[in-house]
Amino acid sequence: MSYVLTCPNCGPREVTDFGFGGELNPRPRSTPSQRELGEYNYFRRNVAGVQREWWVHRSGCGAWFYAERDTRTNEVLLTELPEDAA
Amino acid sequence: MSRLPEREGERIDRSRTLSFSFDGNEVSAYEGDTIGSALFAAGQRTFSRSFKYHRRRGLMCCAGQCPNCLVQVDDAPGVRACTEPVREGMKVVHMNASPSLELDLMSATDVVGGPFTPPGFYYKTFIRPRRLWPLYEKVLRSAAGLGRLRKSQPEREWRTEYRRRHADVLVVGGGAAGLSAAAAAAELGADVVLADEGPEPGGRLLAEGGRERARELTERARLAGVELLENAPALGAFDGLVPVWQGDTLHQVRAARIVYATGAIEQPLLFPGNDLPGVMLSGGALRLVELYAVKPGTRAVVAAVCDRGLDAALALLDAGVEIACVADLRPGGASGPAKLLLRRNVALMRGATVLEARGRGGLQGVVLGRPDAADGEGERAIGCDLLVVSGGSAPATSLLSQSGARTGYDTERGQFALTHVPSGAFAAGEVAGAGELASAELSGAVAGAEAAHALGFGDELSHTRAEEGRRTLARDHGRPAQAAVPPPVTSRRKGKCFACLCEDVTAKDIHLSVKEGYDSIELSKRYTTTTMGPCQGRMCQLPAVRLMAQETGTTLAEVGTTTARPPWHAVPMGVLAGRPFEPAKRSSIHGRHRELGANVLWAGDWRRAYDYGDPRGEALAVHEAAGLIDVSTLGKLIVRGPDAGELLDRLYPNRFSNLKVGRVRYGVIASDAGRITDDGTICRLDDDSFYVTTTSSGAGAIYEWFTWWLADWGLDVHITDVTQGLSAVNLAGPRAREIISTLTPLDCSAEGFTYLDGKRAEVAGVPCLILRIGFVGEVGYEIHCASAHGEHLWDALLDAGAGHGLRPFGLEPQRLLRLQKMHILIGQDTDSESNPFGAAMPWIVKLDKEQDFIGRWALERYAEEPPETSLVGFRMANGHVPTEGAVVMPVDGSPMGQVTSARHSPQLGGVIGMAWVPAALAKDGQRVTISDEGKKLQAEVVTTPFYDPDGEVLRS
Repeated sequence: MSYVLTCPNCGPREVTDFGFGGELNPRPRSTPSQRELGEYNYFRRNVAGVQREWWVHRSGCGAWFYAERDTRTNEVLLTELPEDAA
Repeated sequence: MSRLPEREGERIDRSRTLSFSFDGNEVSAYEGDTIGSALFAAGQRTFSRSFKYHRRRGLMCCAGQCPNCLVQVDDAPGVRACTEPVREGMKVVHMNASPSLELDLMSATDVVGGPFTPPGFYYKTFIRPRRLWPLYEKVLRSAAGLGRLRKSQPEREWRTEYRRRHADVLVVGGGAAGLSAAAAAAELGADVVLADEGPEPGGRLLAEGGRERARELTERARLAGVELLENAPALGAFDGLVPVWQGDTLHQVRAARIVYATGAIEQPLLFPGNDLPGVMLSGGALRLVELYAVKPGTRAVVAAVCDRGLDAALALLDAGVEIACVADLRPGGASGPAKLLLRRNVALMRGATVLEARGRGGLQGVVLGRPDAADGEGERAIGCDLLVVSGGSAPATSLLSQSGARTGYDTERGQFALTHVPSGAFAAGEVAGAGELASAELSGAVAGAEAAHALGFGDELSHTRAEEGRRTLARDHGRPAQAAVPPPVTSRRKGKCFACLCEDVTAKDIHLSVKEGYDSIELSKRYTTTTMGPCQGRMCQLPAVRLMAQETGTTLAEVGTTTARPPWHAVPMGVLAGRPFEPAKRSSIHGRHRELGANVLWAGDWRRAYDYGDPRGEALAVHEAAGLIDVSTLGKLIVRGPDAGELLDRLYPNRFSNLKVGRVRYGVIASDAGRITDDGTICRLDDDSFYVTTTSSGAGAIYEWFTWWLADWGLDVHITDVTQGLSAVNLAGPRAREIISTLTPLDCSAEGFTYLDGKRAEVAGVPCLILRIGFVGEVGYEIHCASAHGEHLWDALLDAGAGHGLRPFGLEPQRLLRLQKMHILIGQDTDSESNPFGAAMPWIVKLDKEQDFIGRWALERYAEEPPETSLVGFRMANGHVPTEGAVVMPVDGSPMGQVTSARHSPQLGGVIGMAWVPAALAKDGQRVTISDEGKKLQAEVVTTPFYDPDGEVLRS
């Protein structure tokens, strides 16, 4: 695996500069059922296609941001800071 | 000597001679020679012994593509003699022959081995009797493999570096097409890197009459600003990253567009004896002549399928080699070079090829004839010491395939040609079917311009030119092929016919593998190991596919090719490993620990003082007088902002928004699954600021955890990681108060500075944050200051404590002291399954908090359902210290838990520890059995701290 990610603060960098936070997994807004809690904690969609995910610029500015990446090709379509996300 | 008179453009410098040794004999060479050219000039014809049959092998490609000249150079095995430059004094020895290259006893396998060494012979021959396998293994291991690696290499004697290079365009291959592509792209303004595996760019131009043109193209590329990497083979294509190996550097080149101008590999022909020393590819023979002025033979026969071989025959004739006969597989037509050969009275056999090569110890003669003729009809036997073969070419598509290109069989040209090139990649020159010099240059210029255009460079004119060029290339490509396609094997005669030189796989072996059911090319590859040797399929892929098609009665298109995998070029492992790198973190006070004679050990990434030689005495000093420990490794965060309290309330199961300024509170961090991930103390510095410490190993992860949730929640908070910026020491013991009082204006009395206070004050003239906490169980002051002052603070405290019995103590005594207090170590006493209820800390979870917090839902469930296991203390009945991980069981029961920590405590006069046990056993006085490496030991459960259970000492 080797590709370039664009940190919204620092610009394009090798993927090895970053830490991966996994696909977006929103926290339940209200008290979840046991099943919902289990799914939130332990299940992921793991799509073959475009996925919205968290990344952190670990060896750089330290910012957490969103990326949209095609998991089949590692093509990164978009990166953005959470505050800039619609 | 076979050195020719001085030639125009030769690579050697005859004014400078070098000398090196080969198998102990001194060999002289010129500057610019390769090991191969120098040895050949000195009369050496056998360069190696083959992998399995130990057959003699000589120079064949002279371009680093075949396995025939692998030698050991100094300590490095597997070096290609034909491309490795001679260095003064280098020690070259042969590989895979014993006792010598000329007399190799293992070559007996060539005579008797055939029937006994088919594919998979290890498994077929050495399987019975089973009990003899250890003996077989010993024999096989010594027989297998090439070269010798030094077993002990105390230190790396050479360094390697990675270099990351981002470019607009990378061009792989520096032949006519590659140079043109690089120049074209760079002239339009692109930042271009060109990687070429040879010592000078030019590719085929260098040995095939285009030296001047190569110089011009190289100069043009240089002037356009191309970064030229020489002696730099590309190793593979990984998601757009191309590693290029150049000496001690691995360039990791990432380019927005990549032009592959990797050329084509001249193919050998398949006939019995096709591996004899003296059988050379036409390109190899020409390189010897043109680059090194070495005569490849005295009397030669040439077998060709296209004009390339005929051109070579003419060039060899010019160099003074007698051409006994030229066999051209094409049945008719008189091409330009054929006419020239006839004019010079060279015998030309049309529709013929080589049926067999003969010789002992080297080539002595060949038999030429029509491949389809009945036995003996029209054959000619000719004596010669050189057979030049040119079996057509195979486009070098491996790197392109690795980046997603596809190939298909081109029946007319007899090769696997590109059918699809992925976006972002371009193919130019011979690999793209543009093999003639003019079209190779044009194809390069077009690809280079298109790559630059794709990135927004160029203008209207450059676009028009590129489009014109494309049309011309398409027209050229539409012309009929000028080559004949050789049959898989040109003779049914006796003798070994090698499909794969690296692994000694014969045509018969492929036949056998199909007969045994390995009838797909991928299976046959794995069974026979064809294409898996050092040449990576350069010499054997196409022949293997041809043989496979013949054996299975299918077409080459149906057989297809094997998957191309990296590395495309052999590379030392050390280059891939990069520079030996073992990062270590050291506290700013580390030098003092060394001076004090500390035993320094790894603790995660940190180098820490384990003890100062007397862990028991150090622990006792903390109880009886005072001790000082460096705790700079703690993670340290400043959490600041109007929402800082809110953030901490959401991140910890307990409350921090109500923590008073100047007070300290312990906190445990849990995940949303309710599992403990870290712990530490939090001090409120002012209304908006908190000082958070984490475990030493968790520092980085907790900083990321905090910032992650902050990014998600968008609270008005700033988090600063000050772990590296601050040093910290813990001064603890009954005399700690007296000691610190001498260094600070702060009121340190029991009433003025109470337990869990956090105050800012000068200590020894240095601004500090002092936390009154007690990890080790005695009155303690954790003092944090700027790293730059760490040593000063440490020295001042030790000086001040000299008269009070103060001693520095290390990690080991600290572990004992905290165990006496049952203070847990995250990761030691807890694991990824532990929750605060099981870890006997239900008080830390504040479910009555109004807002949500991480872990709340899971912890609510744990609160309702009592945990099945509990973390408890235990005291051993005797003095045995159980191993960490020893099994706990109820008396005469089955295993139910495990020991996490255990130490002998001189202070308490016994062995104590902590363990996970079934909840039902978590009561004081409960007897349990600990099974430790077969020994059954008795212990008693203790649920309150062993030392100072009520905390009176700590709070005093």
